[in-house]
Amino acid sequence: MLSVLTGGLEAARLAQPPIAARVPELAPESIHAPHSALALEGVSLSFGGIHALRDVSFDLRPGEIRAVIGPNGAGKSSLVNVISGLYQADAGYIHLGGRRLRHLRPEALPKLGVARTFQNLALFPGLTVEQNVAAGLVFRRRHGLLAQLAGLPGARAEAAEVADRVRDVAGFLGITAHLHRLVSTLPYGLQKQVELARALVASPKVLLLDEPMAGMTATEKAEMAAHVRSARDRLGLATILIEHDIGVVMGLSDRIAVLDHGVKIADGTPPEVRRDPDVIRAYLGAEAA
Amino acid sequence: MDWFELLFAAEVAVGGLLSGVMYALVAIGFVLIYKTSGVLNFAQGAMVLFAALTFVNLVERGVPFWVSVAVTLAAMTALGFGIERTVLRPLANRSPMTLFMATLGLSYVIEGAAQLIWGTQVHRLDLGISNAPFEVWGIFISTFDLVAAAIAAALVAALTAFFRFTHTGLAFRAVADDQFAALAVGLRLDRIWATVWAAAGVVALVAGLLWGARLGVQFSLSLIVLKALPVLVLGGFDSILGAIVAGLVIGATEKLAEVYIGPFFGGGIEGWFAYAVALIVLLVRPSGLFGQKRVERY
Amino acid sequence: MSVFSASVTGARLATGFSLPVLVVLSLGFVAVPLTASPYVLEAILLPFLALSLAGLGLNLLTGYCGQVSLGSAAFMAVGAFAAYNFDLRTGLPIPVSIVLAALTAAVIGLVFGLPSLRLRGFYLAVSTLAAQFFVQWALTKFSWFSNGSPSGIIAAPVIELAGLRLDSAVGRYLFSLTIVTAITLLVHRIVSGPEGVNLIAVRDNETAAKVIGVPVLRTKLVAFALSSGIIGIAGVLWAFTYLRTVEPAGFNLDRSFQILFIVIIGGLATIRGTFLGAGLIVVFPLLLGRLSAFAFDGLIDAGLIKLIERIVLGGTIILFLIAEPNGLSAILSRLSARLRALVRRG
Repeated sequence: MLSVLTGGLEAARLAQPPIAARVPELAPESIHAPHSALALEGVSLSFGGIHALRDVSFDLRPGEIRAVIGPNGAGKSSLVNVISGLYQADAGYIHLGGRRLRHLRPEALPKLGVARTFQNLALFPGLTVEQNVAAGLVFRRRHGLLAQLAGLPGARAEAAEVADRVRDVAGFLGITAHLHRLVSTLPYGLQKQVELARALVASPKVLLLDEPMAGMTATEKAEMAAHVRSARDRLGLATILIEHDIGVVMGLSDRIAVLDHGVKIADGTPPEVRRDPDVIRAYLGAEAA
Repeated sequence: MDWFELLFAAEVAVGGLLSGVMYALVAIGFVLIYKTSGVLNFAQGAMVLFAALTFVNLVERGVPFWVSVAVTLAAMTALGFGIERTVLRPLANRSPMTLFMATLGLSYVIEGAAQLIWGTQVHRLDLGISNAPFEVWGIFISTFDLVAAAIAAALVAALTAFFRFTHTGLAFRAVADDQFAALAVGLRLDRIWATVWAAAGVVALVAGLLWGARLGVQFSLSLIVLKALPVLVLGGFDSILGAIVAGLVIGATEKLAEVYIGPFFGGGIEGWFAYAVALIVLLVRPSGLFGQKRVERY
Repeated sequence: MSVFSASVTGARLATGFSLPVLVVLSLGFVAVPLTASPYVLEAILLPFLALSLAGLGLNLLTGYCGQVSLGSAAFMAVGAFAAYNFDLRTGLPIPVSIVLAALTAAVIGLVFGLPSLRLRGFYLAVSTLAAQFFVQWALTKFSWFSNGSPSGIIAAPVIELAGLRLDSAVGRYLFSLTIVTAITLLVHRIVSGPEGVNLIAVRDNETAAKVIGVPVLRTKLVAFALSSGIIGIAGVLWAFTYLRTVEPAGFNLDRSFQILFIVIIGGLATIRGTFLGAGLIVVFPLLLGRLSAFAFDGLIDAGLIKLIERIVLGGTIILFLIAEPNGLSAILSRLSARLRALVRRG
């Protein structure tokens, strides 16, 4: 009966050990602590009577990979959408960059050092891979349309800088060979990598990944997991990972929060969560507990 | 404002409300199609023209009134099925904007064909409804407009009954709520779309007869689509109730504005006034007065 | 609006002219003026150039940025009447009046583009009709715009450049061609540079664009302003080089649809497609007229031909949307690819 979770154990053993050791130990109630990269405080969200999130508090430390799991409709995507400002919470606060905010404006995310990917691919099919990734740097552009058209030296230097960074991140994720192809002509797995590249290109501090491995083959998943891990190692990223594949989650994350019907029912390291009776009940139904 | 001026304003408003019913009548044809297939059917005006031209030519050739109605209904149904077959089916699963542009092309085809078949001359259409005004509490009301409003109300009641009590109607509502779910339970989308287009054709016939009796049956009948669009935007594309309320709002404000604001601009503001009203409301409520505000999923 | 996503826009840099472009330009600037008859210039090339430019302006907004507009003709009218008034009332050189007219059209386009910040899809498309009706009404109603002419008719001034009167058909053609070429190069530079990325990002996925920091609102407004400015210049060419006497009623909804049809037939988000589409739209009625005169010996009257034209045009739109959503541009790509393959084999 517990194969869903013990299967994860196998995968965890196969994957590299969690790097929790590198993350400084923090007190459990560290929500308002200055060293969290991001925190939610009592966030609630509802859509016309349906509670998507109920009083969820949650913190994310710098350099940590933090998984959010739960059955379908548990509120995982809602959580990410609240953090990225696409949904506005009915109650609660978001702590980010030393500030306590009621709402975030999605436009302001990149400047706050937050990047995300989407559950369903959200690329720009009419652009090349290079242009898609470069779009992740648009918010930093200092030179306007006229400077671009006039070919001013500053604008040209900026374009070269952008191209450099794009090549960098493309090399890091191994998609350099595809830079000049239209993104819509790439296979699905590669498109997911491009979306990750677009999120990483501006070196964010917080990365939100909404099911980055959905619909991938086992090989692609392993590759994506390796990328997520090395992105964290290289950039010191704090990552929120929503993923259905428990095996991947157990192997990759430092801490796991479990949502069920919009309520956070468990939160802890992978072994803790695996043993949690509430989690087992939520996943397998009441009779399993 | 003295008593007489107040009466006059009331009379203007009532006249406006009644023309609003006529706008709503055209708008309802749009709503039917939009609700089931998410298409803004620009050809609705052309369908009004086609229906009215077909009917009036039959009557002028000595075909009895009700036979003409029946034949025109049959023609509109055939047109609906034909459109489903030749335009909608090949474009299934394409974006709403593509379908909209296709209906733009369709409006050209139908307008051209209607006039090619029936000629371009203006026809007078007499439905036998008196146009004499009568007085209620000192306000003069056009009999024709009142009868037209009654017919429109009957049509809305008939449509409501159709959707509430018949199998096809229930299927229509299922499709409007969730196309994928409707497909999953085995509803035939193509047949439902064809039926809905035929129903929109019936609405077009009623609108064509009433508007035709007012303005004469001619090409300009096709342009009432431009009167219906701001009504739709204001009411929300997917709400029949919205179309009616917005029709009334726009009809009344337009007539009042024509009388009280128009003179400052030298008149003729009815071409854009409705759009201005709709836009101002939209800036506050981007999906119209009664349009569904969908929760977007990311 | 995924309809637009299928269209292909590669990232070519504006470093130089490709061979086909050079051939077309030398034909246009040298061969045509030497050989073309006044009829070809007046009835085909002058309207073709003006409509191509209008199509280009609309394609920037609709094809690249994904915002559908049904009011393009209004901005042509604004351009034409603004240039007329600047010329009449300031006495500035014609090119200056044209630039000012483009700015006027851009500003008015910006105002009518403001709803795009809140409205999407059909709601926005319908709201652009407001521009169509309001502008046409204002130009007809206030005779100041037409210098007191009762029905708003204006007669365009003769184009003079540095003392040179460009009164002949060839002169007007070269003037128009120069402007269209310059603006086409500008548009090419815009869409293949960083601004092009913004435009297409907003078109393809507005939410993702917003979240990664593409300035969505600014990009939309830039698209409306640029598009209206370019369409405004197209209006000037229409009034000053082609018809030379215009009235507001000439810039009606049918004209707006015509421009939209050019973009659909040519292909969304392609520059050369716009020219192909405009070519088809201009030549097709002339061909139909010739054909019926030839086949039926003038037995079909002009009104009937207009109706047939309407039916065929509408049918063509539907056909393109069904069979070739990427327009004539895509057909040309396939043809040239096949041709190259033949040459290589042969």
